[in-house]
Amino acid sequence: MAKHHVNTTINGDQTEFLCDTEQTLLDCLRDELGLTGSKEGCSSGDCGACSVTVDGRLVCSCLVLGIEADGAEIGTIEGIAEDDDLHPLQKHFLKEAALQCGICTPGFIVAAKSLLEHNPDPTETEMRFWLAGNLCRCTGYDKIIKAVTSAAAEMRGE
Amino acid sequence: MGKEEKQFDELSPNVQANGYRVVGTRPVRPDGIEKVTGKANFGADCELPGMLTGVVVRSPHAHAKILSIDTTRAMKLKGVKAVVTSADFPEIGPKQRGAGEAPVSFRDMSRNVMARDKALYDGHTVAAVAATTPAIAEKAASLIEVKYKVLPYVLDAREAMKSKAPVLHKDVFTKGVDPRPKKASNVTQRFEFGMGDIDAGFAEADVIVDHDFTAQCVHQGYIEPHACVANTTQDGMATVWCSTQGQFMVRNYCATVCGMDISKVRVLPAEIGGGFGGKTVVYLEPLAIVLSQKAGKPVKVVMNREDVFRATGPTSGGHAYCRIGAKKDGTLVAGELTMEYEAGAFAGSPVHLGCMTGFAPYVIPNSKSVGFDVVVNRPKAAAYRAPGAPVAAFAVESALDLLAKKLNMDPIALREKNAATEGTKAAYGPKFQKIGYVETLEAAKNHPHYSAPLGPNQGRGVASGFWFNIGGESSAAVHVNEDGTVEVVTANPDIGGSRASMGIMAAEVLGIDVSRVKPLITDTASSAYSALTGGSRVTFAVGQMVCVACDKVIVQLRERAAKIWDVEVDDVEWVAGSAVNRKSGKGETLSLAEIANVAGKTGGPISGQSSSDVQGAGPGFGTHICDVEVDPETGRSTVIRYTAIQDVGTAIHPSYVEGQLQGGAAQGIGWALNEEYIYDANGCLENGGFLDYRMPVASDLPMIDTVVVEVPNPNHRFGVRGVGEVPIVPPLAAVANAVSAAADVRMADLPISPPRLLAAIDGK
Repeated sequence: MAKHHVNTTINGDQTEFLCDTEQTLLDCLRDELGLTGSKEGCSSGDCGACSVTVDGRLVCSCLVLGIEADGAEIGTIEGIAEDDDLHPLQKHFLKEAALQCGICTPGFIVAAKSLLEHNPDPTETEMRFWLAGNLCRCTGYDKIIKAVTSAAAEMRGE
Repeated sequence: MGKEEKQFDELSPNVQANGYRVVGTRPVRPDGIEKVTGKANFGADCELPGMLTGVVVRSPHAHAKILSIDTTRAMKLKGVKAVVTSADFPEIGPKQRGAGEAPVSFRDMSRNVMARDKALYDGHTVAAVAATTPAIAEKAASLIEVKYKVLPYVLDAREAMKSKAPVLHKDVFTKGVDPRPKKASNVTQRFEFGMGDIDAGFAEADVIVDHDFTAQCVHQGYIEPHACVANTTQDGMATVWCSTQGQFMVRNYCATVCGMDISKVRVLPAEIGGGFGGKTVVYLEPLAIVLSQKAGKPVKVVMNREDVFRATGPTSGGHAYCRIGAKKDGTLVAGELTMEYEAGAFAGSPVHLGCMTGFAPYVIPNSKSVGFDVVVNRPKAAAYRAPGAPVAAFAVESALDLLAKKLNMDPIALREKNAATEGTKAAYGPKFQKIGYVETLEAAKNHPHYSAPLGPNQGRGVASGFWFNIGGESSAAVHVNEDGTVEVVTANPDIGGSRASMGIMAAEVLGIDVSRVKPLITDTASSAYSALTGGSRVTFAVGQMVCVACDKVIVQLRERAAKIWDVEVDDVEWVAGSAVNRKSGKGETLSLAEIANVAGKTGGPISGQSSSDVQGAGPGFGTHICDVEVDPETGRSTVIRYTAIQDVGTAIHPSYVEGQLQGGAAQGIGWALNEEYIYDANGCLENGGFLDYRMPVASDLPMIDTVVVEVPNPNHRFGVRGVGEVPIVPPLAAVANAVSAAADVRMADLPISPPRLLAAIDGK
């Protein structure tokens, strides 16, 4: 069967790719476009390691088809840092040692950025529930919560 | 100067209270930026030109004889380039090649990588296929016809020990019993450790408690599934990229399972997305090598999550019986521990380690620990963080909680009264050198958590834990670059920030800024041998080799300075990163960078290497306090406050030490409250996904407070003991003791899931 021709925008850049009907957005990002920052931990939407935004909405890219990216704006971990400057979340993840193995980190940063866009001053409980879709097996979440808290404060100018 | 270096500089103060300049600081980890920007390459991120996709065919039965495998239809499919079955792997006899660490049966390993004759668990590999696209490979896998004769199965250790249980292996006769049994059984070995006379000990006890305990099989739960790429050439060489805890381990195991010389295999470790012991063996790598050999192209094989649950890890579930006797004042006089662990389909549960660790924190004159390693139709158990210890500690620390209640004694006071100290002969044999168990109990007693008020339906639990920590074969090389920056090259995958600790130790020894040090993890062709990352050994043992390699570099730097100044090398001292001329009387100095700049004219490259079997690991002890709130309506237990306290020797990078304590506690909380393998009536795994295998998520946990106790290990340059494993030992009992207190009913079976707790409350 012929492949689909998808026109999309990824991290602000016009992008096109070919994909099969059954390929997920995650497959397309990783295998067709070489954007391997989004990780596959479960392919069932339970671990959040493949978190991206589609038109500003936080999704698991393993639960979205590649063809659904057509005409949409996709945001991935590769687009979080602006040129040479790390995003405050990235800086605070480093400073707080909020990663150990690092496989879940891209998903957490994409999800936390989305949280702070919706709610610039979340409580600990709000953070924990928003990030409940992202599994981390290394850290016990403590330092991740601290990193998001301090990044949010910096972004509010505190 | 780059941004990363600036951050290092800002975070590097001069000498601190601990007497060190860099040890104990918290610089940004050297591999951090790659990991927060998505640039780090993990196992599944490797891509080679012309690469094929491999797919594994797995047994749908818990126990079945393989009658035939027909690959004809699969091979006819367009795009299929290779199919492998057990016929493509050499039959490996009982003779074993040394595996560096614990004895390994390569016969079993080969049969776990690819079933031969029988499939021994749901998910056991029976064939694999490589094709040009994932879709074709999946289709081909479905066309491989395997005929099975389904056999009766057994999943539980005690069931498997019964005389009528289905026997997995006809050639397994229980070791460690006299006389050697004449009948094959599922009990592969009986272990016994102890001292004194427990009958006499219990006879003099004023109070005796005893209880049965069970714990379920749980998975390490690393977020990154196993993944590898193999590329072979016609000269018999194989190159493997994979996510592993040990590239040398993969090299040895692949060479043996595939019948190759070790020199023909090169392994390049990817970044590793968690392991916790589960990536200390091979599953996919030999399949990828043989598929690549047959196809003549590189082959990538990646597990999906269900494969990970069905066929890798897990750690043993099992049964434990614990009996403890004490005098009225709380002095322990006798302890008995009997455990049966499920090894999975092949021998090798960590039950002996459970036997050795259970009573290790205590002075007990009479103790006996007996363990049975039992094969069952589950995936072969792999190491999981302090393998064997958590379930043993669950039994012993729960029994101590019962004893404290019976004696009306504070649980920390009971432990303090009986705590092992320097000179105590451990229940498993050796005498302890300097240890810090008592210090963790003191810290627990004085922590505000221990006196915080509890509300309705809330309870508090305390438990301690022990792990040996290990050293072992280790290598490191330190190279001075032309500009005076330094590369620290080791061959142990960085599973939780070990590059940072290697860099810190090198900077401390050399006397330079940590931003001038670049720690690198290299492949099997670029380093001398190093045993795998595990046993909490890397910062201790590999770190020690980094220090020794730096010493060798300093000798060379002094020699070069002596040459420049035309003095004897003994006239040159190395102080704070510079050579100092003690002969001239003027105190002339040459910095490391100044010497490096002219190395080409003073004798060539400056480089140090060190390899050794590092001994002297320092045992680790931890004490955890857990508060739980129980919902009597639903049976749900919520951890509302948690404190993890541990003697780590010396914390090289305190943030990553705290992270180990927090992560281990979280895994232990999951083990205690939620996690378990659930099987259907046919012995097939029902919950092979993260939705139904419920690991703790952010909203399940509170902040986890840590207290890092530092009683330095005298056998390490900076006092490192090893950190990663102890933190998973206390939580099972800490949580169970808290729930038992909150619900006023003893919870002795894990996990304490809502239905189980509700039944216990209703049954009161």
